[in-house]
Parts: sequence; structure tokens; C-alpha cells
Amino acid sequence: MSDEKKDLSIRGINKRFGEVRAVDDVSLEVPAGEFFTLLGPSGCGKTTLLRIIAGLEMPDSGKILLGSEDITTFPATRRQVNTVFQSYALFPHLTVYENVAFGLRSRKFPAKEIDQRVSRRLEILGLEEMGQRRPDQLSGGQKQRVALARALVNEPDVLLLDEPMSALDAKLRAQVQVELRRLQQKLGGTFILVTHDQDEALIVSDRIAVMRDGRVMQAGTPEEVYDLPETQFVAEFLGAANLLSGHIKEGGIETDIGFLKLEKMPAWSKGTVAIRPEWIRIRDQQPETNGIQARIREVIYRGTDFDLWLDPGPIRVRTNTYKRFKTGDKIWLELAPEELVVLNG
Amino acid sequence: MDKLLVWYGELTTNRRLLKRGLMFLSPGMLWLLIFLVLPGLMLIAASFAGRGAYGELEWHFTFENYKRLAGFGIFGWTADYLMIVWRSVWVAFITTIVSVVLSYPLCFFIAGRSERTRYLWLTLVIIPFWTNMVIRAYAWFLILAPELPVAKLAAFLGIVPPGSALYPSVFAVYLGMVSMFLPFVTLPLYSSVERIDWALVEAAQDLYASKVRVFMQAILPQTLPGLSVGVILTFVPAMGMFVVPDLLGGAKYMLVGNLIQQQFGSSRDWAFGAAISIGLMILTMFSLYLYRRKSKGVNLV
Amino acid sequence: MNRSHPLITALAMCTMGFLYLPLLAVAVFSVNATKYGLVWRGFTLNWYVKLFSNELILNAAWNTLVLAVISTIIATILGTILAIGMDRFPWSGGTNTTLDLILHLPVVIPDIILAASLVIAFGLLRLVFSIFEPGLINMIIGHITFQVAFVALVVRSRLVSLGSDVEEAARDLFASTPYLLWRVTLPLLLPGIVAGGMLAFTLSLDDFVISFFTAGPDSVTLPLYIFAAVRRGVTPQIHALSTLVLLITIVMVVGTERLTRRSAKK
Repeated sequence: MSDEKKDLSIRGINKRFGEVRAVDDVSLEVPAGEFFTLLGPSGCGKTTLLRIIAGLEMPDSGKILLGSEDITTFPATRRQVNTVFQSYALFPHLTVYENVAFGLRSRKFPAKEIDQRVSRRLEILGLEEMGQRRPDQLSGGQKQRVALARALVNEPDVLLLDEPMSALDAKLRAQVQVELRRLQQKLGGTFILVTHDQDEALIVSDRIAVMRDGRVMQAGTPEEVYDLPETQFVAEFLGAANLLSGHIKEGGIETDIGFLKLEKMPAWSKGTVAIRPEWIRIRDQQPETNGIQARIREVIYRGTDFDLWLDPGPIRVRTNTYKRFKTGDKIWLELAPEELVVLNG
Repeated sequence: MDKLLVWYGELTTNRRLLKRGLMFLSPGMLWLLIFLVLPGLMLIAASFAGRGAYGELEWHFTFENYKRLAGFGIFGWTADYLMIVWRSVWVAFITTIVSVVLSYPLCFFIAGRSERTRYLWLTLVIIPFWTNMVIRAYAWFLILAPELPVAKLAAFLGIVPPGSALYPSVFAVYLGMVSMFLPFVTLPLYSSVERIDWALVEAAQDLYASKVRVFMQAILPQTLPGLSVGVILTFVPAMGMFVVPDLLGGAKYMLVGNLIQQQFGSSRDWAFGAAISIGLMILTMFSLYLYRRKSKGVNLV
Repeated sequence: MNRSHPLITALAMCTMGFLYLPLLAVAVFSVNATKYGLVWRGFTLNWYVKLFSNELILNAAWNTLVLAVISTIIATILGTILAIGMDRFPWSGGTNTTLDLILHLPVVIPDIILAASLVIAFGLLRLVFSIFEPGLINMIIGHITFQVAFVALVVRSRLVSLGSDVEEAARDLFASTPYLLWRVTLPLLLPGIVAGGMLAFTLSLDDFVISFFTAGPDSVTLPLYIFAAVRRGVTPQIHALSTLVLLITIVMVVGTERLTRRSAKK
């Protein structure tokens, strides 16, 4: 949002708490203007990494660069980085207006400019009427928007969001996710979001880094991490996946449910391939390649589609076909070679 | 180089933080060291000192004071002092028990009120808690005076001669003690009673027919945190109480508190007074130790 | 949930009666027209009027006030700084335990032990410094000693409940240390500091034992005056004085309650 575009570069960051490696040699590049998400289960180090970027935690080693400047040893007060805290951390004794103005007042901006900038942010976030209220008079969604306005008014190079939706109910959350995405596109700044919610990550992000035990398991666009998970963890953390283990035989893999041809041969001789439930096609007759005959064990209705749990298995197929499936029916499945993802380790 | 760290959002170093922390700690801690810890050590030292001609401390090491407390005097062994100590423990014990027994119905009653009146009732319990104990103790003079119904009833029943007051007496001491310490039990106990999970109690009512068992199995365990704080807050100061026995017991019912006060007042024997204080301190520590585990995590104020 | 059993209600009422009957009696006899005995002779405010011409009582009231105000101010400042020092710095577990223990000492030990140790300490200090003669200064020191602990405990619990989020947010929003303290920490801490101060003030007014042991002939406070007076025999004037003290207590308690409840809600 400042004139100069500043890319964020995270280089070899390490942080231990006692014996726990909260962040373990993490390197990431976040180009200016990108909506980047750190996704992972609780305790994976994503919040710690976010706090290191904010300057609220000092890494044991590694560097943080913003643009060409090394900000690793900058205090939080010198970083053009602002945070939306998980608890929002609004100042309970100040009005909404004063909360939003806080970052400008502490840097002694002229009163006129403060008023202009605060009013504009309040307007963008639909809070014009709320200026004189105190945080305890706001709903959860309003508090979240105040926290956003309070950070954005400073026009940070990077906006950090620490699970900002976790206090909202499911319906509101879905709505806010879309709004957040639009807001970022409108303002054009770098957003870094921390979340454990894979749907949220897929909806809002330009790129996602999936974290586990302090490490980045895989980083890429939502499509990349969803369609081509590199590990079992990523495959399972982002949506549902059928995991099929076996060993390599000419041109394919011999699994418990039969031989499956692969498009690209893995580097290992024993391992796992994955296929998402909605990628498995249901056929009336045996398909040419990778056909598996299966019996329907259970049909689960999900509104827009069905989940079929099958024997041999457990294999899960997701289908939106209108054809009625009954427990006990025998069907043919096609696990097309191009849909089978080879996992590492 | 001193390692950088971030503390409450501030970039600093361990050494700078330590320095500032000590700056913040030292005024208050120095005060407590000089006027609390140091006097405590002096008290211990004084308890091993001798008595000068005018009751002042004479600095030679002796066990004399403790021997005296244990009853070994010039005229051979007597149990007088030990009796007073034992009586103090006993009075504190009875006071605690009666306060607990009276507190339960009171707490359940308050917890059963609507949100609004509950605070009113609670405030009504807090007011005596904060009222000066001299006033609360001497107020019993009026209730127990010969002209008023209580004493007349006692005279009618032949317990006391007609026209005499019910104080000073052992009975008056107990009355005074319980009324003094009742809020000390009620208030912490209430904080636990307020949080009782009634679903558990209802489950217990389905399981056990007897009300006693429901109370013992489902209610009592849930109120233990508050109860143990209340018991400590009552038992410990009750052992050292001296206003109530002084005003309502007179010479008839002396407790450790009076004995200590006497040494620093009329008898003027500081060394012996110090030894009794240390004795009381040991009793205090012992009772705190007994209850320490149960009251863990419960705020004392 | 109005679910009290009638028996519980009856017992609770008896207990409340037990707590209030003596105090009520004091209030009733403070407006009784007779000087001697406890027979009702009609309503009068005479004893209250006389209080204000009694030089000794006025003097005692003044001493009580001076003692409470000075000790409360000092204890509140010391206690607040101490609380910040204990909560806002990364002390090791051992240091924390020791500090905690010292802080809880005045809360849990019987006040008569603190009083006795102060008598001995002042006695020894007197050999070196002449200001430690029994009197107001000693009483102030004694009161501060137990007040500090209570203030620090109250303020510290407020600090703990504040957590680190708000201060981190302020830093994230470029606040310098003075700006943070002035604009965020102190305003948020204020309810705790005021509650601690009011607690300290009430404790000072309420104290008898420490004052009794450390007072000199010129530093009689109201509780000491009442104690000495009732040992000679109760008079309607003492009842009037006690009733006034009781009323002040009620105001203090209700005020503190309001304040802590309001700040607890936030």
C-alpha cells in the first residue's frame, strides 16, 4: 500500500520454546500484494511464525526481509507490519474511533489526517455508525472489523491475520471470508493469514503454506496443494483423500484393491498413492484401465452430493449423480492414472 | 552480546529486562523485607533472649522462654500456659465448625436468590466482615445485658442469677468468635456454592435415597475449594484473636492472643511474648500445611 | 433459580439475624434518650451532637483518617509497582515462589504476630533512630506492611487478567513505552489500583491489633478509643460513634463492590 512494493522474505527462521521446535528452519517468499496463508493444525508453529514477522517474538536464527531491508532485529514499533489478533485485542477503554486512530496517534500524525484516514477506514468496513461505541457494545463480527480497520489504517506493507474468524459462527465466517478476499484485492496489500481451516485457506488465498511441527510441508497455489499433495499429511489435511499403499510393479502399483496403472512412476518401490473421492469415476461396465469392482457399504447424503463408502476399502467416492445408489449395489470404479497422485514418504 | 528478546511486544534484552524488573520489585520488596521479614527474624531472636529488669530484651541465648511456655516455672511444672494454648486451638476449632455449619444454609439461600437480590444479600454478609471487630465484639454487651430478654430468659431458666449479665463468660466468647468469623467462611464458601454443578446433584439424587449421602457425595466435594479457604481464614486468625476474649471473656477465658498481649502490655516481658508468638506461628504454619494441598489454586483475597 | 427449602431459608435468616442483631442494638441504643442502662426512654440525636464536641473523639477520628490516608497512599503506590514487578517480568519459577510467599505472609499470619514482631523491631530500631517511638509513624509503617500485600495481590490479579494481548497490540500499533503506559496500561489497570486502594483504606480503618500494639499516647484512633471506652463501660455516645463508623463502613463496602463489579464485567 505504500508506493514501493515490498516483498516479504523469510529465510531459515528457527524458534524453540524449551525443547519444542516451534518453527523449524522455515523459508518462504511472499511477493508484495499476495494473499498468503499459513495453514496447519494447532501447535504447528504458524502463529509463532506470524508473531516473528510482527516483531512480537524474536527468532533464534534466520532473517526476515521486507523489501530490501533486514527487519529481523527491528522492534514491532518500527515495522510497517500490523496485526489482527485472534482475540482482536481491542482496547476496551477506548471508543471504536480511538481504537482505529491509535496507531496514527502514537506516531503523532496531524489531527486532520488522523480524522480523514480513520473515517475512511470506518466507512470501508461499514463501521461509520459505530465510531463512538466501546468494544464491549459490539458484536463479534463488528469487533473483527474494528480490528481490521485498526490495522489497515496504518497502511502496512504486510497485514497479519491470526485466525481472525475463529470467534465467528459458521455462517458469518463464510461471508467474512469472501469479504476479506475482496478487501485484499481492492486494497492490494500483502495479507498473511494464519488458520487451521482448510476451506478458509482455499477460498481466500493466492498461495498456501501447509505447516506441521514447525516445518513447511508444502507451499503453492490452492490448486497445487489440493490437486498435487506431496505427502500423506497434506493430502489428508486439505480435504478427503483415499490413500492406497502398495509396491511398484511394471507401469503401476500393486495395492490391496488391485493393480493400478500410474502415469508417472514414483521414486520409491513401496509407498502410497492418493486419489480424492470426487475424482473417482463410477462406471456401469468395467473401464479400460484401473477398473475396480466394489460393493456399496454405506451411502451418506451430503446435500449437493453423496459420499459412498465402499468395499473393498475403505474407499470413499463422492458423486453428484442423480442415480440412486443403494447399500449392497455392485458398481465399477475408474481410478484414472492421471488422477492418482504419488506421495513422497 | 546480550541476546535480544521480545517481551510484551517490546524488543529488549534479558539484562535490560532484569534490571528494570528489579527496579520495580525493590521498593515494595525492600519494605516487606525491612518491616515484615526482618521483624519476623528479630521476633525469633527475641524468643531466645532473656528479660531485663524492666522487661526489655537482654541478649543472651536461652531456652528459658520456651521452657516457661511448656510449663516449667520457678514453682515446678504447671499446665497453665499449655492449657491456654490448647484452649485457643479448641476455641478456634469450635468457631470454625460452627461457622461452617451456619454458612452452608446461608450460602445455599443466597445462591438460590435471583441475580439481583443475590448481590444485595452478599453485600449484607460483606458489611459485618468489614466492620471494626471492636464494635462487633462489644455490641454483644447490649444483647447479653441483664435488662434484655436473652439474659432474662437465662435467669428465668436458672442458668445465671437474676439481674446479672451473660458476659464475661465462655458462652459470650463463643458467641463473639462465631459472629466475628462467620463471614470469613461464608464468603469463600459462597464462591464455590455459586459454581455448583446441579446436574451432578440431581444425578446423585437419582442414585442415593438419603439426603445426607447426596450432600456428602455430590455437594460437599464441589464446595471443598471455597470451604478450605474459609476454614483457613477462620481457624488461623481465630487462634490469635484477642479482642473477643478480652472483652467478652474477661479473666475467665484467656486465649493465646491475650497472653501475648499481656507480655507486651501489663506484664512487660517481650522475650516471653516473642516465644509465645513463635509458638502461635508454628501452630499457624502447621495448620496451613495441613490444608495447603486442598486450597491450591484458590485465591485468598 | 429460586429453589431454597423453607428450612434453609429459616436457618439463613437466623444466621443473618445473628450477624446483625448486635449491630442493630448498637444503632438503636445510639438514639436512646437515657444515659444509663438499656431501657428505652425515647428518641434523641443528642449523643451524635455531643460526639462533635468531644475533643478526644475528634482527635481520634483525625488520627484514624490521617493514618488511613497516608498508609493507603504509600501502600497503593508500593503495591502497584510491586505487582507490575512481579507479573511483568520473566522471573524464574523459584524467584516467583519466594516473592509469592513473602507477599502472602501478611495475609495468612495472625495479625497479632505481625504486631508483636513490629513491637520488637521498633524497640530495637529505637536504639538507633529516635523516630521509632510508639506513635503515628510506627502505626503508619505497620499498616503499610499489611496493606502492600493486599494491594499487590489485587493489582496483580488485574494484570494477569489483562494478559499480554492488549500491550502487544499497542506495540504493534507503534506505541512507545510512555505512550503505552499512559494510554493503555494505566487506564486498564486503574480499576484494579482503585479497588486495591479502597481495600487498603478499609483494612486500615478496620485494624485494631496492629494499632493497639504500635500506638503511642497521642495517636489514639477510633477503634482504640472505643476499645478503651467500652472496657470502662458502654455509653450511648460510644454507640453513636460506633454507628457512625458502621455507616462509613457500609458506604466503603458498597462503593468498592460497585467498582470491582463494574471492572470485572469489562
